[in-house]
Amino acid sequence: MIENTFEFKHWFTENFEQFISNLNGESWESVNSLRREAMVNFSNLRLPTVKDEEWKYTNITPILKETFKPVHAKSTIPKDEIEKFLFDDKENILLVFLNGYYVEELSRLKGVLKGVQIGSLAAAIKGNSPLIAKHLGKYADYKEHIFTALSSAYSRDGAIIFVPAGKIVESPIHILHISDAREEKILNLPRNLYVLGENSQASIIEHFVSTEESTYLTNTVTEIFLDRNAVLNHVKIQEESKKAFHIAHVGVDQERSSNFVSHTFLFGAELSRNDYITRFNDEGGECTLNGLYLIDGKRLCDVHSTIDHAMPHCNSHEHFKGILDDESRGVFNGKVLVRKDAQKTNAFQENNNIILSKSALVNTKPQLEIFADDVKCSHGATIGQLDYDALFYLKTRGIGHEKAKAILIHAFASDVVRSVTIENSKSHIENILIQKFDKNLN
Amino acid sequence: MEKMLEIKNLYVSVEGNEILKGINLSVNTGEVHAIMGPNGSGKSTLAQVLAGREDYEITAGEIFYKGKNLLEMAPEDRAREGIFLAFQYPVEIPGVTNTNLLKTAVNEIRKYNGLESMDALEFLSFLKERMKLVELDQSLLSRAVNEGFSGGEKKKNEIFQMAVLEPKLAVLDETDSGLDIDALRIVANGVNKLRSKDNATIVVTHYQRLLNYIIPDFVHVLYNGKIVTSGGKELALELEEKGYDWVKEHAAELAAG
Repeated sequence: MIENTFEFKHWFTENFEQFISNLNGESWESVNSLRREAMVNFSNLRLPTVKDEEWKYTNITPILKETFKPVHAKSTIPKDEIEKFLFDDKENILLVFLNGYYVEELSRLKGVLKGVQIGSLAAAIKGNSPLIAKHLGKYADYKEHIFTALSSAYSRDGAIIFVPAGKIVESPIHILHISDAREEKILNLPRNLYVLGENSQASIIEHFVSTEESTYLTNTVTEIFLDRNAVLNHVKIQEESKKAFHIAHVGVDQERSSNFVSHTFLFGAELSRNDYITRFNDEGGECTLNGLYLIDGKRLCDVHSTIDHAMPHCNSHEHFKGILDDESRGVFNGKVLVRKDAQKTNAFQENNNIILSKSALVNTKPQLEIFADDVKCSHGATIGQLDYDALFYLKTRGIGHEKAKAILIHAFASDVVRSVTIENSKSHIENILIQKFDKNLN
Repeated sequence: MEKMLEIKNLYVSVEGNEILKGINLSVNTGEVHAIMGPNGSGKSTLAQVLAGREDYEITAGEIFYKGKNLLEMAPEDRAREGIFLAFQYPVEIPGVTNTNLLKTAVNEIRKYNGLESMDALEFLSFLKERMKLVELDQSLLSRAVNEGFSGGEKKKNEIFQMAVLEPKLAVLDETDSGLDIDALRIVANGVNKLRSKDNATIVVTHYQRLLNYIIPDFVHVLYNGKIVTSGGKELALELEEKGYDWVKEHAAELAAG
């Protein structure tokens, strides 16, 4: 373990200067100083072990056994290979990233309003966009999170979205992160930045897929800033290869009366760790974090969230559901921090799990830290099996055992899916569920 | 008239307690049988055993349905062969709409019987026609099965499902309990309209009241896990008049004949 840890970190520290010099002015000094600072943090931070409270149930040893390396050159794939990842043929805005790099010829930017920026982070860095200096590295903490530090040091590309004050982006923005690893042990570092100005609105889908069932590591960081009254509908669909590793950090800063609605669907990866850290910087904010993890085999899925009620009169709603089969492991840790001045906070959290086998396991932990005295907070966690009475009831109507089970599992998942408001992504998720459960049903 | 159901010397235990202690019952096509008895006499256990509840242990006896050994059949196959149980406590199934449940059920049963699936339009008009039988509000079709239904709606929904699935042998487990008189009439009307010379109904009830509307051919009194006496529809009236205490006091002599 210690050896692996050393090797994993060693490669990145050893090669960092070379990496910076290879950037060749592609990166401005402001970004390079962020990279250097993040690199110092990366070398000083320890890779987490199960002795760390935050990683108690998620052992990252399998990741450290491989030597995953970032890809240095852009590549592309034929257009027809991405068809299967698209929601429908009417999508106006599609950003395609292959192994972390923007692929312009596969992307679509139809009807983007004047002033709205949607595109590649690398291009924005190269063009010395003022957005970068103002926002990059501000909302995802790289001082404590080692994988975020690695992203801040080494990431070169990702999606950047800027919606100026008052603009509404009607078309959902579909961001497709494709891993095309083949035999290579690659490390993908997509780094995303979404900035929504006052009274603006957008819908963004982050969609992680792979061309084949190969082993690779995705370490992605998304930073989101919502200015006053901004509304962001966020959907994340993680369909990585079942042999891949996925580490994700979404950091959100919310200004007055802004609204962040997020739905996460975790289907893939051998091991995935999903951190959500949101902060209310002013009053009146709303934050919804919903999600579903559906895993089988010996796979592990870990969701860690922190909702920071730093200011009064904010509402948060969190509801994650889990479906676990075989020997899979689920981890849910929902931290809600209500600071001393955050009076009139409403914070509701729920985590419900269904275990389909004798050997699957879930560790769920609500973690409410409340320092204000005039708040409404609730939490609940359940772990159960399929309801025997409901199963019997369906069977007495002539529905076979397997189909009855599928109906009940699908029903369990369906309220999370129903609350998704981005229609095309919703039907994509529905189709995934139908394929998983109902393939013999009709 | 053919023999539909034959229960022979049935003993059933639930969690180690013997509930049914030697039931004998024979039901022919075209007949309506009422099974009455005080609470705890084993009525619901019998109903659930017929539907195939797996956690009830059959310790002795046999059940034949249309000449087949019923106890060897899975619950879903019993339903596909035409057995329907209207539950005393219908189960709520969040996330599954009434329409979806019935569509899946109807098509599963059709597939079992070698028939093609019904197409969506055909099915919907069939559903709507069947809803009229039980005067069920159409909005309940798109709602999750029994979720948030009133007691009366749940019972009506059971009879609606029965109307859609068109069983050969319907077992109504205390379908009358908790119903006001209007709902009771509607439910009984629905059941009566579905009666035919080819099917049979077993009405399990605590009260005689329902039997004013669904006229039984035979009445059986179940007490302490046994059928202590059987008779025609007049037995129900006698029971109503004398009360279950009479059964309890005279159980031994009734059983002796």
